[in-house]
Amino acid sequence: MAEKILMKGNEALAEGAVRAGCRFFAGYPITPQNEVPEYMSWRMPEVGGSFIQAESEVAAINMLYGASATGIRTMTSSSSPGISLKQEGISYCAGADLPIFFANVVRGGPGLGNIAAGQGDYFQSTRGGGHGDYYTIVMAPNCVEEMGNFPRRCYELAEKYRVPAMVLADAILGQMMEPVEFDFEPVDPKTLKAHDWALGIAAGRERRIVRSYDLREGKLELLNLERMERYRKIQEKEALHENRQTDDAKLVVAAYGTSSRIAAGAVKMARDKGMKVGLFRPITLWPFPTKALATIAEHVKNFLVVEMSMGQFVEDVRLAVCGTARVDLYARPAGVPSADEVFTEIEKVYQGIR
Amino acid sequence: MKLINKKPSSLVDKPMRYCPGCGHGIVHRLIAEIMDELDIREHTVGVAPVGCAVFADEYFNCDMIQGPHGRGPAIATGIKRSKPECIVFSYQGDGDLASIGMAETVHSAARSENITIIFINNAIYGMTGGQMAPTTLLGQTSSTCPAGRSVAVNGYPIKVCEMLAQLEGARYLERTSVSTAPGVIKTKKAIKKAFQNQIDCVGFSMVEVLSTCPTNWGMTPVQGARFVDEKMTPIYPLGVFRSPEQ
Repeated sequence: MAEKILMKGNEALAEGAVRAGCRFFAGYPITPQNEVPEYMSWRMPEVGGSFIQAESEVAAINMLYGASATGIRTMTSSSSPGISLKQEGISYCAGADLPIFFANVVRGGPGLGNIAAGQGDYFQSTRGGGHGDYYTIVMAPNCVEEMGNFPRRCYELAEKYRVPAMVLADAILGQMMEPVEFDFEPVDPKTLKAHDWALGIAAGRERRIVRSYDLREGKLELLNLERMERYRKIQEKEALHENRQTDDAKLVVAAYGTSSRIAAGAVKMARDKGMKVGLFRPITLWPFPTKALATIAEHVKNFLVVEMSMGQFVEDVRLAVCGTARVDLYARPAGVPSADEVFTEIEKVYQGIR
Repeated sequence: MKLINKKPSSLVDKPMRYCPGCGHGIVHRLIAEIMDELDIREHTVGVAPVGCAVFADEYFNCDMIQGPHGRGPAIATGIKRSKPECIVFSYQGDGDLASIGMAETVHSAARSENITIIFINNAIYGMTGGQMAPTTLLGQTSSTCPAGRSVAVNGYPIKVCEMLAQLEGARYLERTSVSTAPGVIKTKKAIKKAFQNQIDCVGFSMVEVLSTCPTNWGMTPVQGARFVDEKMTPIYPLGVFRSPEQ
């Protein structure tokens, strides 16, 4: 297990899912995530799973809807425009309480955008994404090793709460190579507990129905209220974050994913110059680590949000600090800031602190 | 007394919500009889569509899944590849299969997925209230072509069996009708073959059933049956378009 392997982010993501017990993958080519379906095309047959190159993202997510209804661990991946196409199917999975796992290797947007890194899909990921009232568990890795290790946690949470879960990465995380150490033994799907909702061989039991609708008066609200309670539990128990040097900080930089790595470099530069600057990095974007951030805001009155989008992530930071601290924004919509640029922003904000 | 007929055990014992003269009830019963006869009820998974037959998940006494409009073949693909030991069928109307879901239809046939598709062609959107379908006949009125379907505005009806017959992967394609008693018997035979093909791992099988929608056609059930025979059948000729024996 302690073996370190040099891997590309997209391959680590695929291998992480396989090791976590994924045995069905359906996808459609789109840059910058093509290594995921390419890897799965040989790896799935090797472990006795199924790989399908679907005719579209729409078909891919519906293949997943069918496959995951049989109770097995499934995966699809795509990049921004492709994830938009999958949203109807994701909404159906949420409505039918199917624990699917998918990854968005985000590119620049809107529209066709570009194929470089961006963080413009934050709202789409953390606010449900498709139609109707639902949430998806969103994990945001900031290194290749996390790309490899987060799929397992996504499956476990998705199955525990019966909700879809996703990894929100970007072109940089998908394309770069780093050493990976998987922090878990490969999961043999045969050892996983059979689900009492899974479709298949019905001998000796009542028939089962997987669906996302209930047309009877008042019944849909009851379903949604029950799901809302599960969402509340997820928010209460499953938020993950990382604090760096926040205890004595006068300014805390908040950033996730690729931005958080760049911000970490800038925070180090600031510390080297004697500035009391820390870093707050959410690891789950939904549930958002609201309590953890509110706790920091009890003693830190200045935050600087760094995001590769116009100001989406900043909304969750502002909701968490709830008016108790000043929140500045350094927005780079589909641009990747350098650590120097972030440091310059830190300096500007820091100098204004009284 | 000798019992000569009974409700199939593959059909849930409850009233169906379909309109008088609608063909869905007939085709549901045929599928259920076949599931009984082939003794596959306990390992069959059905995919219910969007449209009037959305309620098929309540009527078939087997595991069922209801999915997005047009995506039945993709859902069936996911189930079949994950559970090859199951018999998987997708039940779809004309708007579902031939309009929004055409890509899934064509590609599941091209891959020759070992699934069974029951395609109900009644030349109109039923559940939404009688809008034009891809199979609406030229001149036929609907709520979105009130003056009748015209080539200039709406183009031509799609002949799904003829189109899919171009694909090597489409192993079995037959068009039948449930407008007459002999037609119902032939339909049962065709659907049974489509299920047997899956058991025999033959590949993609689809039966297109010309069916009735008297409510949205503005007809009585008797007039509706006549419409199928006199107006639809000349445009959608009955017969086998591809068979595994070819």
